[in-house]
Amino acid sequence: MSRRVRTWVFLAAAAVLGVAFAAACTGLPDFGGERHPYGDRAAAAALRQQIANAVASVTFDQRGFDTLGEELMLFGAVLGTIVLLRRAPDERRVRPPRVRVLPSTRAYGTVLLPVVLLTAAYLVAHGHLTPGGGFQAGVIAASGVHLAYLAADYRVLERIRPTAALDVTHAAGAAAYAALGFAGFAAAAGTYLRNAAPHGTLRELASGGLVPAFNTAVFAAVGAGVVVLLAHFLDQALEIESAEERSG
Amino acid sequence: MIMDVLPYLTAGWIFLVGLYGVVTSSDLIHTVGSLAVTQSSTYVLLLAIGYREGGTAPVYGDTSARTPVVDPVVQAMALTDVVVGATVTALLLALVLQAAKRHGTTDPDQLTGLRG
Repeated sequence: MSRRVRTWVFLAAAAVLGVAFAAACTGLPDFGGERHPYGDRAAAAALRQQIANAVASVTFDQRGFDTLGEELMLFGAVLGTIVLLRRAPDERRVRPPRVRVLPSTRAYGTVLLPVVLLTAAYLVAHGHLTPGGGFQAGVIAASGVHLAYLAADYRVLERIRPTAALDVTHAAGAAAYAALGFAGFAAAAGTYLRNAAPHGTLRELASGGLVPAFNTAVFAAVGAGVVVLLAHFLDQALEIESAEERSG
Repeated sequence: MIMDVLPYLTAGWIFLVGLYGVVTSSDLIHTVGSLAVTQSSTYVLLLAIGYREGGTAPVYGDTSARTPVVDPVVQAMALTDVVVGATVTALLLALVLQAAKRHGTTDPDQLTGLRG
């Protein structure tokens, strides 16, 4: 199909979809309205379970099983990327050159790294009390590690980023989440991923039952996963050289 | 009246703009970017559905339990959405990299032949 025909076919389909979608929107409850049957029940359940962050309550307590699926999807995607970005037989590894960095950039990175890591630790530890949680903290910690690449060079990043250990951490985080689900059988009428631990008092650090544990497992899986993911992309860009690049 | 549906329509608009990008794309990196735009329409739709006039964030860290809050369910879904979106984007970019290595192009119109 030529580019022109393809565009016209799309525009026709988009017009139909647009009209149908707009018509459907007029049947939705008005924006900003008072009627939120699911939201009201989820917020009430969060308070009942003593989890101040209702979003964390939904993610780990009320729909823990969905989050397990999400976790496995993340695992699968990281695994797929690692397999796709492995070094091919006709490629070889080169040592990335040492790079000179401005002293101000280096100082900025050195100051910012502990701030970023502390922020991540706070977000994961308080994930059940204030906005945050394992997913967000994992991404922030992984970005923090890459300050080493920005403020120094790739060799320094490779030193502080043991990919083999992080591969294991990523898998162990995902496995820990799945294993924590079995704690749900501890109660009499137990079910998988039931938040079985004592719930404590609302707004206290020790509250929310297993939610902080789930957050920690997700933090390990996401943080290590993102570092490993970026490591493979950066390796492709900086270290792996194809046969053509070598001769050219 | 229009304000009652405008956020929903915005989500539909973002979806179609992203899809237009995918259909007319001449570079696979651009296709992946357009797909990310398409997907981001779901964040807008989810959060628009969950909004409540005068509602605050569904976090009772320092507010009373009687404060009106927006819907936490759709926010948790948006979180799932962001995670899925980021990982799928990474996977697709890895595929693009392989296509570029094996076929020497990232133009989808040039990638016609199957190669073992």
